Amino acid sequence: MTAIFKREFKAYFTSPTGYIFLGFSLLLAGWFFAAGNLSTSSAEMSSFFSSLGIIFIFLVPMLTMRLIAEDKRNKTDQLLLTSPVTITKIVLGKFFSAISLFGISLLIMCVYPCIMLIYGQPPLGNIVALYIGFFLLGTSLLSIGLFISALTESQITSAIVSFGVMLLLWLADWVSTTLGNPIATTIIGWVSVLKRFEEFTMGILNLSSIVYYITFSAIFVFLTIQVIEKKRWS
Amino acid sequence: MIEIKNLTKRYGRKKAVNDVSFTVQKGEILGFLGPNGAGKTTTMNILTGYISSNEGTVTVDGFDILKNPEEVKKRIGYLPENPPLYLDMTVIDYLNFVYDLKNVKLIKKEHINEIMDLVKITDVSMRLIKNLSKGYKQRVGLAQALIGDPEILVLDEPTVGLDPKQINEIRALIKKLGKERTIILSSHILPEVSAICERVIIINKGKIIASDTLENISKNISGATTIFARIEGNLDEVTKAISSIEGVDSVSSKQSVDEGANDYTISTVEGFDIRRPLFFALSEKQFPILLLSNQTLSLEDVFLQLTTVEKHTAKVEGEANNDSHI
Repeated sequence: MTAIFKREFKAYFTSPTGYIFLGFSLLLAGWFFAAGNLSTSSAEMSSFFSSLGIIFIFLVPMLTMRLIAEDKRNKTDQLLLTSPVTITKIVLGKFFSAISLFGISLLIMCVYPCIMLIYGQPPLGNIVALYIGFFLLGTSLLSIGLFISALTESQITSAIVSFGVMLLLWLADWVSTTLGNPIATTIIGWVSVLKRFEEFTMGILNLSSIVYYITFSAIFVFLTIQVIEKKRWS
Repeated sequence: MIEIKNLTKRYGRKKAVNDVSFTVQKGEILGFLGPNGAGKTTTMNILTGYISSNEGTVTVDGFDILKNPEEVKKRIGYLPENPPLYLDMTVIDYLNFVYDLKNVKLIKKEHINEIMDLVKITDVSMRLIKNLSKGYKQRVGLAQALIGDPEILVLDEPTVGLDPKQINEIRALIKKLGKERTIILSSHILPEVSAICERVIIINKGKIIASDTLENISKNISGATTIFARIEGNLDEVTKAISSIEGVDSVSSKQSVDEGANDYTISTVEGFDIRRPLFFALSEKQFPILLLSNQTLSLEDVFLQLTTVEKHTAKVEGEANNDSHI
């Protein structure tokens, strides 16, 4: 698993992907911080993360599109699947490499609260909850991207479908509030990963939300493994 | 060492591999021969655990591929038709990755250097794989299969797309490797198989149609032997002399390159060796034999007969099945 993790992580930086991802996410985050916090002298970071969430709908497919699709296209999956490692380990290695890169960008974004700490007393508890929540949200989005990458051989298809699905999730959240039907709202609320994030923006670190995100990711990792396994049998 | 029993793989309604059974002994170099689309690659993919069969079992060293996939995969080095290379890595990085992936216990640097020496890629070790020529890519693929020193090598068309010099080098390398390992090699190039392999399995349309040593296969198919002779003297008289020998089935002739001589193709009845009677019959009549050779069917002939002629297929199939169940 570590071998796959290391290779995948390095691959982000032997191609432009890693640099583009870090560059864009940090550029936009910097701009959101400058516009939303610095210029208004606000220590409130929830709007910062709400804006960032939308940006990540575009950025996450970039990280996940090649994860499994590329291996299938280049037939390198023949090497992976005929090596003495389980499919679970292969998938997890790849998933963790994407999470790590995402985590690194989030870690760099920790300079913003530090900057605020120099000049005032930001609500630290609130901010920690936001960072944890955003990390979990990102992980869930990555797991969707991972799953979609396993469904196709084409990276472009993988990226576009992932982007579409994530956009739908975002819209579903918006649709459910306008729908007015309580049952539909509940159901959509269950699949809406962005809805759950709202709790974190209010500074609530709810165990059930954390479990929800972890379960959500676990389900998609499991589905990814099943897709690969099923392809071996058909 | 390797035991394959009643393997069947269906793609939709089509059977890519149909009830294939064979065994491979330790240290054997087995050739897997068949036209394109015969099921060679599918069989190899099942054997190495890349895909699963619908029916049948694969056992390696007593381990079942479905029950103990890791034990089986540990013992097999696989070079697929397209070497599974990460083009964005350097050769050395790639081999290090494969080493880690396969969880090898040997001394890393030493082991990888040894393999790079063996397949002669040491001088390109720092280059990106995507910049390598086809021949070098193939070698890197082979190096990958050798990592972890597996007892079994499965090579799917290892010389496809190489130039003649590279083909010879790879073949020599495979022969060398075969001294200590069990090798299964697939090919649709016949001289390759005859140059490298001790035993051959011929597969067509997903079924094994022959499994034996090359000599035996051609003997079985041809049944009777054919003799080629270049004899000096009057065409009619010589033909008459040959025809009178016991065991001669038919004689055909054509003009020879040697002046005053003709080339005769003599087919014999099964079980007769007419070379000696032929000599005495002709020497009695003062017809000198300039050339005499036993004409066995070439591998191409065998292959074509097996894969195209129905009645031969049926005949050899019976024998093949007997062999493969041993």
